[in-house]
Amino acid sequence: MTTAPSQHWTAVCSLTDILPGTGVCALVADRHIAIFRLAGDELYAIDNIDPRSGASVLSRGLVGNLGDQLVVASPLYKNHFDLRTGACLETPEHSVRSYPVRLSGDSVMVASG
Amino acid sequence: MKILLIGHGMVGHKFLEELAQLRQPGTEVTVLCEEPRAAYDRVHLSEFFAGKSADDLSLVAPGFFEDSGFTLRLNTRAVAIDRRARTVTTAGGEVLPYDKLVIATGSVPFVPPVQGNDRADCFVYRTIEDLEAMTAAGARSRSGVVVGGGLLGLECAKALRDLGLETHVVEFAPRLMAVQVDDDGGRILRGKIEELGVRVHTGRNTLEITDGARARHRMVFADGSHLEADMIVFSAGIRPQDILARQNALAVGARGGIAVDDQCRSSDPDIYAIGECAAWRDQLFGLVAPGYDMARVAARHITGQTEVAFGGADMSTKLKLMGVDVASIGDAQGRTPDSRSFRYMDECKRIYKKIVVSADGKQLLGAVLVGNADEYGTLLQMALNRIALPADPEFLILPASDGKAKPGLGVDALPDSAQICSCNNVSKGELCAAVAGGATTLGALKACTKAGATCGGCVPLVTQVMKAEMARLGMAVNNHLCEHFPYSRQELFHLIKVGGIKSFGELIARHGKGLGCDICKPTAASIFASCWNEFVLKQELASLQDSNDYFLGNIQKDGTYSVVPRMPGGEVTPDGLIAVGQVAKKYGLYTKVTGGARVDMFGARLEQLPAIWEELIAAGFESGHAYGKSLRTVKSCVGSTWCRYGVGDSVGLAVELENRYKGLRAPHKIKFGVSGCTRECAEAQGKDVGVIATEKGWNLYVCGNGGMKPRHAELLASDLDKETLVRLIDRFLMFYVRTADRLQRTSTWRDNLEGGLDYLKNVVVQDSLGLAAELEAQMAHVVATYQCEWKTAVTSPEVRKRFRTFVNDGRPDARIVFVEERGQIRPARAEERPAAMADSTTEMAV
Repeated sequence: MTTAPSQHWTAVCSLTDILPGTGVCALVADRHIAIFRLAGDELYAIDNIDPRSGASVLSRGLVGNLGDQLVVASPLYKNHFDLRTGACLETPEHSVRSYPVRLSGDSVMVASG
Repeated sequence: MKILLIGHGMVGHKFLEELAQLRQPGTEVTVLCEEPRAAYDRVHLSEFFAGKSADDLSLVAPGFFEDSGFTLRLNTRAVAIDRRARTVTTAGGEVLPYDKLVIATGSVPFVPPVQGNDRADCFVYRTIEDLEAMTAAGARSRSGVVVGGGLLGLECAKALRDLGLETHVVEFAPRLMAVQVDDDGGRILRGKIEELGVRVHTGRNTLEITDGARARHRMVFADGSHLEADMIVFSAGIRPQDILARQNALAVGARGGIAVDDQCRSSDPDIYAIGECAAWRDQLFGLVAPGYDMARVAARHITGQTEVAFGGADMSTKLKLMGVDVASIGDAQGRTPDSRSFRYMDECKRIYKKIVVSADGKQLLGAVLVGNADEYGTLLQMALNRIALPADPEFLILPASDGKAKPGLGVDALPDSAQICSCNNVSKGELCAAVAGGATTLGALKACTKAGATCGGCVPLVTQVMKAEMARLGMAVNNHLCEHFPYSRQELFHLIKVGGIKSFGELIARHGKGLGCDICKPTAASIFASCWNEFVLKQELASLQDSNDYFLGNIQKDGTYSVVPRMPGGEVTPDGLIAVGQVAKKYGLYTKVTGGARVDMFGARLEQLPAIWEELIAAGFESGHAYGKSLRTVKSCVGSTWCRYGVGDSVGLAVELENRYKGLRAPHKIKFGVSGCTRECAEAQGKDVGVIATEKGWNLYVCGNGGMKPRHAELLASDLDKETLVRLIDRFLMFYVRTADRLQRTSTWRDNLEGGLDYLKNVVVQDSLGLAAELEAQMAHVVATYQCEWKTAVTSPEVRKRFRTFVNDGRPDARIVFVEERGQIRPARAEERPAAMADSTTEMAV
């Protein structure tokens, strides 16, 4: 993983705050960031705001896989976002940012840069 | 050319329709109709008693005579033909010329020549006027007798029963439907009919009808016994109405009827005869389909298509008499020399099936089906197309066991010309063409070909043809739920139920692959809920739930949720309304009364939901499950409690039903309606389950829908007591829950159900699959384990913790902004947001 020197890591919650297989939304420097915990405690972070509706909801979508891609389905219009890149599978112009996220001890850390 | 048609019945009108379609210029068409009304559907005459009006039964499309330019003369009887002058004289003395004359006078009911057959309150069953007279007499009668236990006689018995009379059927032959069924079939049929409260007297020869002692009439039989009743209806067969032919020296058939050739011409080439009044090679046809064929042939021949020919007709029939399936194919009696038969009889369920095969066992010659006629379509095709029988033909009629499928027809064996749907005359070739054109679901195929859209009896066969053609064209018949499970929803349901699987982890490990997705996770969650009914937000289940189920609310476009407390049957106390109002006011929610007769509150932020629900629960409310694929509402009218027309307590029943089925998870949402009388103010026939009060109980309708594709619900069973009603709804719902596809409403499910309404009735009402007890037990489990999800959620700190906007910050989502409209909030539109957000920031700062 390439980490820009300017990257600033913020602790947002403990791992147990996220139910396995679901996401939560963190407020990091005025950004709404969706953080997902998959089975095996892998963590992923993308923007929480769904570009199509402008609503802050992506963390409330269902996660899973489509082929090789790990995805979340927007709870509003069911379009899928790649958890690793934030790319929107159905309409690429609606893609969102992804963020580095890691576990430090029990603490979930996200880099909002 | 002047064409004169005598008789405007079903066949006469079909002739006119054909003629209109052929658009022959220079023809002048006149129709003489002795009845006071134009052609109507005599096949469905008994529906007149079930509430259909004469208009409903009319066969004449609006504007038909205006558009075609044909002249219809009602109340005009033809009394004589002058073949030399080529004229017809009417009862009024008018003389009408013709170039071609078509006789479609149909038949007259046969009234046995017994003393007293012309007494008052003795009827025949043929015209709407007969029915009107019967209805009038029914009102002043307690009992009625139908003379004749054939097809029409039993139809007529149903009519008398519908009039509320003690009903008897008297038959001269030793069994009912002597022409179509054999002795054993007749006995099963008799049992079925008697079960329905009709008393059957076979082998009775009526000698005379005299005054009765306890009723208006007494029928005296040859064996010395007698039967008393207030009204008598003769329905002992029909005779061709061929009097005009006899008077004018036209040839008649050996058993009567105007003798016609293959072009439907009588012995006078300018006179045609079609329908029940015609005799083709000495055969008479009392069914409508051959009559229609004759009408087609005659119309074409008159307009110059000389190559057309009538080729006789198959007299196989399938019908439903008082809800009992009866079918007869080909040589039902086994009269072919050396033919052999296979029989299956179930005296408990009252089912009888027989097939007659050729001496070498290779061909199906005939069949009789009573009580269940599911195999009719397959057997008919086998007989008509002379398809070689399988090695063990008995399996064609034996009930399927151990999940073994019945031997199919092998639709590949059918020629393209084979008629699959006889109601709408759709051939195998036409079906295949539609499949190739993209109609690859049963629903789509029905919509574009109309096959299976009328009686539905051919739907299993239509499905077979569709699947075979798809396979032939290399189209994948893939009903897999998604890439994670190579199963349909129905198969997955079975795997979960039989395997006792209660978690997604176990399910995917045993039967799937990958992580799952937004298709299979909610589907599995729904099936788990239908089977085991555990709390949907418990740890292992929560991550499977769609956002709406996860937060027990309906997500709106701005990420807020709506809140809908249950108001069973739409009933709510003033205190309840006040409590709802207070909550809405306190949390600043937008309120609206929904189409499902309850109150919806919009604009609740995630973190507000538990507190809002705590207050609603304290006021006595429960979750309304507006967010779930589950029972939504039971809409009701006010019913007999207040309404001056009501005959049943619709609100009481609606409340009871809503409380019974609340929380039931299903493939899609389910809506009910209960109306207190036939005025149907609750619009129950537009619901998945509709109940309408009758004088004798409740009628149950199913598979209706409003919404995107409206569908009228169909009558599943009538005049039920409440206990039976609930039992049938239990079975119906669970059968739907088990077998429907994901997100398939009952209406689409029904449209795609092989076997159609008859099949559904068989499964739900007659328990043909032997599933009823299991379905009821499963429903009993769901009912017994109901919990208000919101109550469980707000009392569990672990669950309650999930209702927060930010995991790391207690503030609300500042992006949610409202503006005011008509005195309430609504989400700000994009262009309103900057100003609204500035306002709300100021407010926060203050």
